[in-house]
Amino acid sequence: MSVLVSKDTKVLIQGMGKTGRFHTDKAIAYGTQMVGAVHPSRAGQTEAFSGETDHSGVQGRPDTYAADIPIFRTVTEAIDATGATVSVVYVPPPFAADAIMEAADAGLELVICVTEGIPVADMVNAKQFLAGTNTRLVGPNCPGVITPQECKIGIMPGYIHTPGKIGVISRSGTLTYEAVFQLTNNGLGQTTAIGIGGDPVNGTNFVDCLALFNDDPDTEGVIMIGEIGGTAEEEACEWIKANMTKPVAGFIAGTTAPPGKRMGHAGAIISGGKGTAADKISAMEAAGVVVAPTPTDMGAAMLQALDR
Amino acid sequence: MKIHEYQAKELMKARGIAVPVGTMATTVEEAVAAVRPLIESSGNPVVVVKSQIHAGGRGKGRFKEHPDLGGVTVVLDGLKGGVEATEAKVRELADKMLGATLVTIQTGPEGKQVNRLYVEQGIDIATELYVSVVLDRSSSRNIVMVSTEGGTEIEEVAANTPEKILKEEITPGFGLLPFQARAIAYGLGLEGAAFKNGVKFMHLLADAAVELDTDMIEINPLVVTTDGDVMALDGKMSFESNALFRHPDVVAMRDDSEEDPAELEASGYDLSFIKLDGSIGCMVNGAGLAMATMDIIKYVGGEPANFLDVGGGATAEKVTAAFKIITRDPSVKGIFVNIFGGIMKCDTIAEGVVTAVKEVGLEVPLVVRLEGTNVELGKQIINESGLNVVSAEDMLDGAKKIVELTE
Repeated sequence: MSVLVSKDTKVLIQGMGKTGRFHTDKAIAYGTQMVGAVHPSRAGQTEAFSGETDHSGVQGRPDTYAADIPIFRTVTEAIDATGATVSVVYVPPPFAADAIMEAADAGLELVICVTEGIPVADMVNAKQFLAGTNTRLVGPNCPGVITPQECKIGIMPGYIHTPGKIGVISRSGTLTYEAVFQLTNNGLGQTTAIGIGGDPVNGTNFVDCLALFNDDPDTEGVIMIGEIGGTAEEEACEWIKANMTKPVAGFIAGTTAPPGKRMGHAGAIISGGKGTAADKISAMEAAGVVVAPTPTDMGAAMLQALDR
Repeated sequence: MKIHEYQAKELMKARGIAVPVGTMATTVEEAVAAVRPLIESSGNPVVVVKSQIHAGGRGKGRFKEHPDLGGVTVVLDGLKGGVEATEAKVRELADKMLGATLVTIQTGPEGKQVNRLYVEQGIDIATELYVSVVLDRSSSRNIVMVSTEGGTEIEEVAANTPEKILKEEITPGFGLLPFQARAIAYGLGLEGAAFKNGVKFMHLLADAAVELDTDMIEINPLVVTTDGDVMALDGKMSFESNALFRHPDVVAMRDDSEEDPAELEASGYDLSFIKLDGSIGCMVNGAGLAMATMDIIKYVGGEPANFLDVGGGATAEKVTAAFKIITRDPSVKGIFVNIFGGIMKCDTIAEGVVTAVKEVGLEVPLVVRLEGTNVELGKQIINESGLNVVSAEDMLDGAKKIVELTE
């Protein structure tokens, strides 16, 4: 079991440019069912992929793969032809919000937007649009979602992940890899790892992911990796106190970040005295979350939370 | 991206938002020349000389060179002495202010050099209010936030008297609705002409925020004049960097002299760099990991000299540029490179580090921690380079080593 994506998930790629192609190739090598692409200027063509199988992904496949991905004009046409339920967006920032809304309008269940640098105002509009649909958005500005050995959607390195019992939720990319790597080294595999992204306006938040993992029978514990800016972690902690039945470990990046400065991620900023690491850490502790004192202790914190 | 007050007022004025009349000056002569037309057009013998820097608290701020002089000074000499007296006073003030260093609550003790002044008409103020338009992350919408406590730091009001803050959400596609603008005006206690002007002001301000992709507009104080006009006496605007591509007119307002030179250079290479006060330079891939690296340096007793995210798609050239920016800082006593290779391969980083060190030399200790994609290849490149580089097992080990080496 897992959340959001599994071995049966059929995935569309929105934006088959250089980046889209690169990561589609890695996903196919991992064993993800990439079934079609949407790229208006290249509709009617196919994109050919071949190479050596990534054996850290879906098990029991031959050592090489070859796939021709058809390219469609619209998401609706791509769904009709392929039966896909999920898309991943690599469309450049000025057009990415439109791609998200097109995916939602076409009725996809899940849209994972990797694109970094989407104007906030575009995401404000996209969120309003999504509110009237049944589509879930993950991201933008996120590494994606992976269910180890089943389905990898996004830009994360597949081989650091192992199947197991821990749900991972994170606002960061490389810091997630760091956490996953530590979990794996501590003998803790993952059910699903979800990157929710580092933008101030995003789709799925910590609370949504916690609820998914709480309901997933195979997930036995969750690690949430937050950072300065906003109050999403504090809201998650309120939810944990009221609803969470599984142990939670956590880490917050940015204890040393100065106020008023954007720390790389558009959403990582302490403004008006709000969004400090200290506030988030004390909210976590008050909710019974085991907080890793340093980023090297994330795996150990998860073990400790499971032992409680 | 931030702009100056006078530029914010230009943008507001162009959108019909009421602002006082004023002129920007970069020289004493320009400041003096601004006085007569200003007094003639406004009919008010009072003018205000305002330092233009990208930091708040200018009114209460003081100049290092002139400890008695405020960053914003009202010139009342014209009330008795006429235009000539005003001109003389403005000359004296401009002469002191231009080129001097203004220290405010937001500049830090080092202050900021004043290179531009804004000479503005005096306003007969009846009431001082507060208004801002900012993103509310919880609702994923912009909100208009007002308070009757004008002239006070809004954080203070929020902490002490939160009931004095009123908020209305701007609905995407609809803008600020008329009933919301009225609710704001009622909440601010506006009546008669001021009520009508206030409602109009709020509509125009909300529209400007959406049209200009602002990150924040803050007007503190927003004033009601004795004539019932509602006017932006101050204006702070910052813009959302992801949306700047559709606002070339705003980009043209950027004042590079207000930016940190190293941060400016880094942005040219598409590197995310922020200068800090410590002595340990950091080079990391990924924003979250870069923050966590700063944190762990502090945790083991060191102080980070910078935040630096080389990004996911870094090339050897980018790494070299990053390395140069870090080593140029004289306060850097050691460097910690912390990489978790995903898309970014460890060997790419290793090559970049080796190239940079060979190019610019290395006079401080360097600790490198590599993990992830092509880690063995990366370590091999570092080991075979013959450079004096210390390898670290993990982040904690690396942080401890660099702190020990710089002590």
